Amino acid sequence: MTHKVAITGIAPITALGIGIDPLWRALEDGRTGIRRLESFDGDGWGCPFGGELPADEFSIRKIVPKHYRKATKVMCRDVELAVAAAAAATVDAGLTTAGSGEGDITIPPDRMGCHIGAGLICADVNELGAALVTSQDEDGEFDLHHWGQVGIENLTPLWLLKYLPNMLACHVTIVHDCQGPSNTVTCWESSSSLSLAESMRVIQRGAADACLTGGVESRLNVLATWRQECAGRIIDASPDDDPASLVRPFASDAAGTVLGEGGGILVLESLEHAQRRGGSIKAIVSGLACTQSIDDNVLTAASAESIGDAISLALARANLEPKDIDAVVPMGLGITAIDAGELGGLRIALGERADSIPRVLITPATGNCCAGHGAVQLAVATQCLVNQRIPGASCDLSHVLVITASQGGQNTATILSRGASS
Amino acid sequence: MTCRVVVTGVGWITPMGHDIDSVWKRLVAGETAVAPIDRFDATTFPTNFANQVRDYDWTQYVDDSSRHGTPGMHTAFALGAARQAWEASGLGAMKSLDRRRCGLYLGSGEGVLDFDSYQRTSLSAWKGESVNDREWLEAAKNHISCTYEVAQEPNEPLTHIAREFGLRGPAFNCLTACAASTQAIGEACDILMRGDADVMLSGGTHTMLHVLGITGFNRLTALSTRSDDPTHASRPFSRTRDGFVMGEGSGVITLETLKHAESRGATILAEITGYGSSADAYRITDLHPEGRGPAAAMHAALSQAGIDPKADGPDGRPHVHYISAHGTSTQENDSIETAAVKNVFGANAPRIPMTSIKSMMGHLICAAGAVELITCLLIMRNNIIPPTTNLADPDPELDLDYVPNTAREVNVDVCLSNSFGFGGQNDTVIAQTFTE
Repeated sequence: MTHKVAITGIAPITALGIGIDPLWRALEDGRTGIRRLESFDGDGWGCPFGGELPADEFSIRKIVPKHYRKATKVMCRDVELAVAAAAAATVDAGLTTAGSGEGDITIPPDRMGCHIGAGLICADVNELGAALVTSQDEDGEFDLHHWGQVGIENLTPLWLLKYLPNMLACHVTIVHDCQGPSNTVTCWESSSSLSLAESMRVIQRGAADACLTGGVESRLNVLATWRQECAGRIIDASPDDDPASLVRPFASDAAGTVLGEGGGILVLESLEHAQRRGGSIKAIVSGLACTQSIDDNVLTAASAESIGDAISLALARANLEPKDIDAVVPMGLGITAIDAGELGGLRIALGERADSIPRVLITPATGNCCAGHGAVQLAVATQCLVNQRIPGASCDLSHVLVITASQGGQNTATILSRGASS
Repeated sequence: MTCRVVVTGVGWITPMGHDIDSVWKRLVAGETAVAPIDRFDATTFPTNFANQVRDYDWTQYVDDSSRHGTPGMHTAFALGAARQAWEASGLGAMKSLDRRRCGLYLGSGEGVLDFDSYQRTSLSAWKGESVNDREWLEAAKNHISCTYEVAQEPNEPLTHIAREFGLRGPAFNCLTACAASTQAIGEACDILMRGDADVMLSGGTHTMLHVLGITGFNRLTALSTRSDDPTHASRPFSRTRDGFVMGEGSGVITLETLKHAESRGATILAEITGYGSSADAYRITDLHPEGRGPAAAMHAALSQAGIDPKADGPDGRPHVHYISAHGTSTQENDSIETAAVKNVFGANAPRIPMTSIKSMMGHLICAAGAVELITCLLIMRNNIIPPTTNLADPDPELDLDYVPNTAREVNVDVCLSNSFGFGGQNDTVIAQTFTE
């Protein structure tokens, strides 16, 4: 590899709050952020719970620079979460971009890239509905002729720009003046790790010195939740159930996942650049590989063989052996077929050790953050290296493996290794 | 040492046809496929015409259609384009192909949003100012098809193409609006240059020819509303341009390391020598007035290709022989792209033919860049540049050589292709005739 690449800032944004600290404390304490849904009325739904950020957790208007407040009007929830996480990530990395903090900018805009994974963002049914009702005829039937002529005028002109997946990166690049390469990977739960892969390539080919990277998504709205519920991925739960024990990754009684919202932004930086500016080296990305599962069912496409291939390739690229992996951060969604694919992949690549390596499980605390989930995993893996702990126990950690296997079958394996600050 | 990357197959499904040669002939002849939208009743919309893919049957392009269920339209287009690119490359006949070293990088948009179901569901649950969430759920169970919804995800084309050809290598989908497939191809090349794969199928696919797509772009006033003369509505670089014309479809190319292609004696169509990517980081709706981002993307691609844009080659011509413009036919894009090209190429800019096939094909959104890059390869193969049509009334402020209205014969060995996305991502790829 030409340039070594380091993680110098982490900012998960989950039901437990912004930044690594509240998430880490909850993981240590075994607390969950999954709670009764507030963003919509979950009564009568298959699962009335979600990993939802409390509405008062942050105000996007207070996070963006003053001159950018007007733009918050065209931010959907996914964009707000991404912008909030990016602000926290630059602070955590001690990086001063054009949009963050006071003082001299510590990285030239054209040397800063941005790769933020995203999902297929749903239009807000209430915003759309308010326009749709203006095109009903006398019998209450929707009239497409009226819609085309008059009804559409009741949607805000920038309506489409709220929901394009690349608007997460768009707003973040504007706020932080990132003029280097920017992309939006849309591969479900692998989006964040694939974004990290892309940021790493961009830095290694010399097109940027640092990148904001990761992913964010919120499927906690009726349409997006329905898509997952009718796809059979979400657990059936009653309002009386204990939210802390809903998601049971790798357990024999695992019955599905719970949706969360959020994800995270990390600062990825060439080691040289980070050292030059005195940045904190939280972890080194020492090996990364991605593969595709072949399966006729996209909802459960998680082939152990392909996940195993990704892990073995990542090990080879890191010049490591299976015995070198000290902990694993799997997705652990609690969906039996996907958990089995992850476990099978670990067993193929790591052999007997697969079952004894400590596993850090996040989904029971955050829910499945979809395109953002991998960023939560990567942030927690980084913090494990920094703290030399896995939640609940001290641990001598040199290398932590993070794996993802998305709806649709895109797999990633990332090996993070101990950095100077960890 | 990075690997050289070559193209060994191309394929597309476009509004102007479903195979390489017939569409090429129509492009050279300056034809178009613009017609009234008939996929939904658009008669009262500000824009009621588009370049629509017609008479397309995806099942002809797969071995066993039962393995693909009912794919979204984006996936259906991509399966056809990928099949052509795969067959053209000859990889399918290779017995020893290591499919773990064969990956995919697409810039695919989402599928067709099911407007009719959404409006039925929302309206039946509407209570004054918002939907009742519980009633919405009950209505959704009646109106919204689960399997349909799953099939519209943007990463679905990846999954289906991987399934069809058994590709198990790195798989990415990016969605940067109108820049997506150029960006996908650029990044796929990077994956090959690093040696992380031997083969990458890359390109894009998209349709926004549905109620919410046309609605959204009409609200942004990005679409031409020239309903009285749709055939001449897409008129890049014209004084009277008033927006783009919607297209749809897919373009896919087979990319391969030179070493891999040579080891199996493959026919090499071209080499990809440069890729540049940038973000505007300016405003959500406006482009930077000097085209800062597009210029940065072009500079980066030229630099990787080792081309000095302001110098001449040994034949006394600029090194770049042809520019495939993003050329959307919006006031803003065409002005700023022209400014950015002048900024990058200086006095050479007016000496380089630059056209927009969007004048004929319309704007394929996420798929546009791939289809335009394939056109570049055909231009190099045939040494003919298809025209920018509908350029009867040129914008006096725009003074480059847009090859107006009639195709031109000229030797072309180096092409630069631009794509710029809503949201500020800019991407440039450089393709050259392959020489040892």
